[in-house]
Amino acid sequence: MSLLRVENVSRHFGSLIAVSGVSLVVEPGELRAVIGPNGAGKTTFFNLISGFFPPTKGRIVFDEYDVTKLAPHRRVKLGMARTFQITEIFPELRVRENLRIPVEVASGHRLRPWLSRDADEEVRARVSELLEMGGLTGHADRLVGELSHGDQRATEIMMALALKPRLLLLDEPTAGMGDQETYNITQLIRRLHKDQKLSIVLIEHDMRVVFHLADRIMVLAEGAVLAEGTPDEIAKNEQVQAAYLGNVQEKSA
Amino acid sequence: MNGRQAANGAIWIALLTMPWWMNALGGYTELGTQVVVLALTAMALNFLLGFTGVLSFGHAAYFGLGAYGVGLTIRYLVPSTPLGILVGVAVGTVAAAVIGALIIRLRGVYFAMVTIAFAQVFYFIAFRWNKVTGGDDGLISWTRQPLDLGFARIDILHNAIAFYYLVLVLFALAAAIMALLLRSPFGRTLLAIRENERRARFLGIPVELHMWLSFVISCLFASLGGTLYALLNNFVDPRALHWNMSGNFVIMAVLGGMRSFWGPLIGAAIFVVLQDYVSSMTENWQSFLGLFFVLVVLFFPRGVLGVLRRRAVS
Ligand SMILES: Nc1ncnc2c1ncn2[C@@H]1O[C@H](COP(=O)(O)OP(=O)(O)OP(=O)(O)O)[C@@H](O)[C@H]1O
Ligand SMILES: [Mg+2]
Repeated sequence: MSLLRVENVSRHFGSLIAVSGVSLVVEPGELRAVIGPNGAGKTTFFNLISGFFPPTKGRIVFDEYDVTKLAPHRRVKLGMARTFQITEIFPELRVRENLRIPVEVASGHRLRPWLSRDADEEVRARVSELLEMGGLTGHADRLVGELSHGDQRATEIMMALALKPRLLLLDEPTAGMGDQETYNITQLIRRLHKDQKLSIVLIEHDMRVVFHLADRIMVLAEGAVLAEGTPDEIAKNEQVQAAYLGNVQEKSA
Repeated sequence: MNGRQAANGAIWIALLTMPWWMNALGGYTELGTQVVVLALTAMALNFLLGFTGVLSFGHAAYFGLGAYGVGLTIRYLVPSTPLGILVGVAVGTVAAAVIGALIIRLRGVYFAMVTIAFAQVFYFIAFRWNKVTGGDDGLISWTRQPLDLGFARIDILHNAIAFYYLVLVLFALAAAIMALLLRSPFGRTLLAIRENERRARFLGIPVELHMWLSFVISCLFASLGGTLYALLNNFVDPRALHWNMSGNFVIMAVLGGMRSFWGPLIGAAIFVVLQDYVSSMTENWQSFLGLFFVLVVLFFPRGVLGVLRRRAVS
């Protein structure tokens, strides 16, 4: 039984077709990468999966529920969590509080006017665990808006993980990061995938990261699927090389 | 004892002893009562404004509904202060629940404009419905009623100090509930919405529901403020519903500091003192208030308490 089935979705913005007839199946425990040149429709595709806006056409099935028209917070409840290409956090709250909020939501506390001592202890313990996992323990009591770009992005990933998702959608998690930070995040994603068997869909421009992590790769270009396959298959695909990888190599050369 | 606890202690001591020092400073008890009543309403507004990030320019609607609710109840239905307060708060809260549900999907300035529009609707109703509300002349021929506790009667009508303490008890209750909520998981979802609505939504918070709850809670306490305002004056008129009044509450919150729990209390105190002293010297006190407001916003965007707190930290 697959975790996520995206069936032939399209999204139009006026006359622009940002996503055109894209399908994707994610099996439990799988790590999928989505790559493609700027403006290919990758983020739009994520927005459709996570419910930012509905598709113009097509269907999205998560864990056997048709979620095509479901509100974002309901998809979260079913087990989907995402990060954004441009970091979305709570800048004037402490790192600890940034994590505490999703932990409380995931524990079903969001409407509670108070917590029992036990529940509070549980929440705190979970927050510490997340701080530790994200390498943020030393920054726990700082305002997240004051952290480095890399730590802010790490915080956002930990916020998504705080929801205990079954599917994690990461939109360019290493964007704008230095080598060391990129390495740390890559290792974190790898552990989530290998050790915790978390299902992940990853949009990424850094090919080292993609080829290091992904089980399968989907290449989007101008809103449509250009190719789909294992990293080896994609690396050998001539169309992909012509349309995309060639460009990247030129750019980085 | 840390700084925050010390500040809390100082505020409560000042409030509890107000009747003594207010008279010593040349003020009068009703002035203190007015500060507490307006502070309650400004803090209620700030629950929405400062801690949920939702801008309402129409809180006079619920303040005024509370005021008319208590006045009309005592005048026409039952001569009971507690019942009048209950009716006033119920009317204000129900109106907020209905109006909130209609407008909560609007954002920013659009939301603010529509809140003004609804408040003006109530203003015109109060203004035109002469027979019942007394129209422009206001609702007269009623007074707050003595409190009957069963074992004792408290004459809050003639004893200004007794009435002050009644107001303070209700203020303390409201402040305690708001403070508790703001430290709760629910309160943190409101901060989340204020900080980043998109992030909140994609962390699984039904943003509209939580904003609506915050709006209703805020309006509940604003209408409580309104009932006490009417009881204080033994009078209500349509100005309680006017957008000027809504603006005053925003000014109090911003003056004192929207990001601090007690900020609006300080703002209300400054407001009342300016109104009382400056208006005795010049007709033009609102210009002074306006000027003061602009200066605070320009130089101390976090309000008076925001500045004090920053000093204390550095
Ligand atoms: N909300 C929107 N309204 C109108 N057009 C949009 C909207 N979102 C995306 N687009 C357009 O859709 C196209 C695809 O954008 P998208 O952000 O999905 O690309 P991307 O593959 O994520 O690119 P990048 O690598 O630069 O992040 C672009 O032409 C973009 O301008
Ligand atoms: Mg993108």
